Amino acid sequence: MNVQMSNLEGAEHAGEADRVLALRGISKNFGAVAALADVDLDVHAGEVVAIVGDNGAGKSTLVKILSGVHTADAGTIEFRGEQATITNPQQALDLGIATVFQDLALCDNLDVVGNLFLNNELNPLRLDEVGMEVRSWELLGQLAAKIPSVRIPIASLSGGQRQTVAIARSLLLDPKLILLDEPTAALGVAQTAEVLNLVERLREHGLAVIMVSHNMEDVRAVADRIAVLRLGRNNGIFETDAVSTEAVVAAITGAADNAVSRRATHGTPTTTEDDA
Amino acid sequence: MSRRDDTLASVAADLQDERLRSTQDVGGLVKVGIERIRGGDLGVLPVLVGLVIIWTIFQSLNSSFLSSANLTNLLMEMSAVGVIALGIVCVLLVGEIDLSVGSVSGLSAAVLGATFVKNDWPIVHGIVAAVATGTAIGIIYAFVYNRFGVPSFVISLAGLLGFLGLQLNTLGKSGTINLPFDSAIVKFGQLWFVPDALSYVLALVAVGGFLATRVLRSRHRRASGLSGTSWQILGLQAAGLAALLIVALWYLNGGRGIGWMFVLFVGLVMAMHYALTRTRWGRSVFAVGGNEEAARRSGVNVTRVYLSVFVLCSTLAAVGGVLAAGRLAAAAQSSGTGDVNLNAIAAAVIGGTSLFGGRGSAFAALLGILVIQSISSGLTLINLDSQWRFMVTGAVLLAAVVLDSVSRRSRASHGRA
Repeated sequence: MNVQMSNLEGAEHAGEADRVLALRGISKNFGAVAALADVDLDVHAGEVVAIVGDNGAGKSTLVKILSGVHTADAGTIEFRGEQATITNPQQALDLGIATVFQDLALCDNLDVVGNLFLNNELNPLRLDEVGMEVRSWELLGQLAAKIPSVRIPIASLSGGQRQTVAIARSLLLDPKLILLDEPTAALGVAQTAEVLNLVERLREHGLAVIMVSHNMEDVRAVADRIAVLRLGRNNGIFETDAVSTEAVVAAITGAADNAVSRRATHGTPTTTEDDA
Repeated sequence: MSRRDDTLASVAADLQDERLRSTQDVGGLVKVGIERIRGGDLGVLPVLVGLVIIWTIFQSLNSSFLSSANLTNLLMEMSAVGVIALGIVCVLLVGEIDLSVGSVSGLSAAVLGATFVKNDWPIVHGIVAAVATGTAIGIIYAFVYNRFGVPSFVISLAGLLGFLGLQLNTLGKSGTINLPFDSAIVKFGQLWFVPDALSYVLALVAVGGFLATRVLRSRHRRASGLSGTSWQILGLQAAGLAALLIVALWYLNGGRGIGWMFVLFVGLVMAMHYALTRTRWGRSVFAVGGNEEAARRSGVNVTRVYLSVFVLCSTLAAVGGVLAAGRLAAAAQSSGTGDVNLNAIAAAVIGGTSLFGGRGSAFAALLGILVIQSISSGLTLINLDSQWRFMVTGAVLLAAVVLDSVSRRSRASHGRA
């Protein structure tokens, strides 16, 4: 179900009980560059939070910290009410944080079952192929996904089908939070709609979803709240229903007068100024 | 979902999609099989075709090529390098290479000679020391690879030279250590053959085991609401396998029969096949070969997979070295040199293991070495020297690699990468 929000600070209106993730003061430096500085974020069960921002805003860094690819330099991660440290991908999975990476991270040479259960195979010394295949059909059924066979290599699936497999895999370990990194970036119109349906189905199942996206249309279609990152810092958290696209774009670019809005009024791009 | 189950309850869960074509009867299987080959999924077909061509040519040049005596000899001769090729299959599956298996096998033979003959160790201790040498080398390779990220072909190129030096050093001034003819390892390499009756029993046990696992799996699948292979197809497969084995054994038993060394090789191939296809380790080997980063993000301990694979390869190379020493009844300076290295690698590739990683099977080692040994044996029979053997083997290897690349491209365009 959908948790209704009414202001910028998530903790006040939604009860602490269904808060899945709380980030406080997350910072990450790469050498002299502060990729993330003092970032806060709350995500609740049954809620889709979109993270938007320009290139270099720190979206991917944030996803990588949550998925255990990078470790935060400072700040705290509270997951389901408890302090958590995530230093490698396995720890994130064990906590209940599943990530669907932008490149999907699927093995082309393995079949659908092999990918879904990679490193989580039933019965490691004598693989239970039957059990895994039955569970695969269940998972794909939950997502109402149309995959012709789970015994064909990933290479023969379309982009949308691969995205479906990647999302189904993230559901395998019964996670509480799912991170979707640019889930629609490489997809056509129909496939994008399919994936957005999947995201809504995840929310219906009571999962917390973080979706990183460039596409404002997709974000507005499924997100309950929109968190804007700008140059590695929080730059506003908005209720999707209560904010205009222009306001979000302004937060992303850091000014009401920006290249996007000028384009909208003049119809021609201006190249004399940058967006700072 | 439940609606789907109600309307389609009579159709197995994995066959409900209308886009699927039936593979439930013999005709459907053949049709899909032909399409797979067209799509570049060649499997073992090129090897079998190649084998038939090679055998036909040599048989027409020298009628004793297909005699049971020559075939028996061929199987014994190929076992040692075959075991080495089995290790190569493992490293190729993760997309790496080991160029030093020849030197490692030579060093292993030298260690066996030095411990067992020179220092009068019991034979078992000598063999364990030789094999452990290989294991240690694998650990060193994996450490250098994982810790410093040096490409494996450079590491093993260094190993190729370094361990050849160590082999010469271990052998000492004389350069050759003869193994006594009454020792178990030499008898194993030259004299021990499976009694005729026992060979048939073994073949029947193998067919029975094959049929039993297939029937049980099929039943389990049906019980779980999935499609199972039809009894008709299972029966045909088992009968075909049984006929093939019995005829082959009957023919070979007309000569000296099947050597235990070859049985050991086949046993290792079967064990490796099981490990690669039916265990989590095997799945992670294929995953690392297919997309290392994806495997890592799924939580696969990639470092450990590389360690296991390098250790397996060097250990099997050492086992091959021990077998070769038994076959030759000596550890010599020439042990493991010459074409051993490239034959092992060529066998794995000719058998259908991709150099690009992620594709192949344990049976590649068996089929590939059979091709190479057939060429070598045939050329020896028609009195062509090693100069010709090198050239022909080189040409076959090139053909196999070209086929690998072409079928890879074809798979990509047919969506079967």
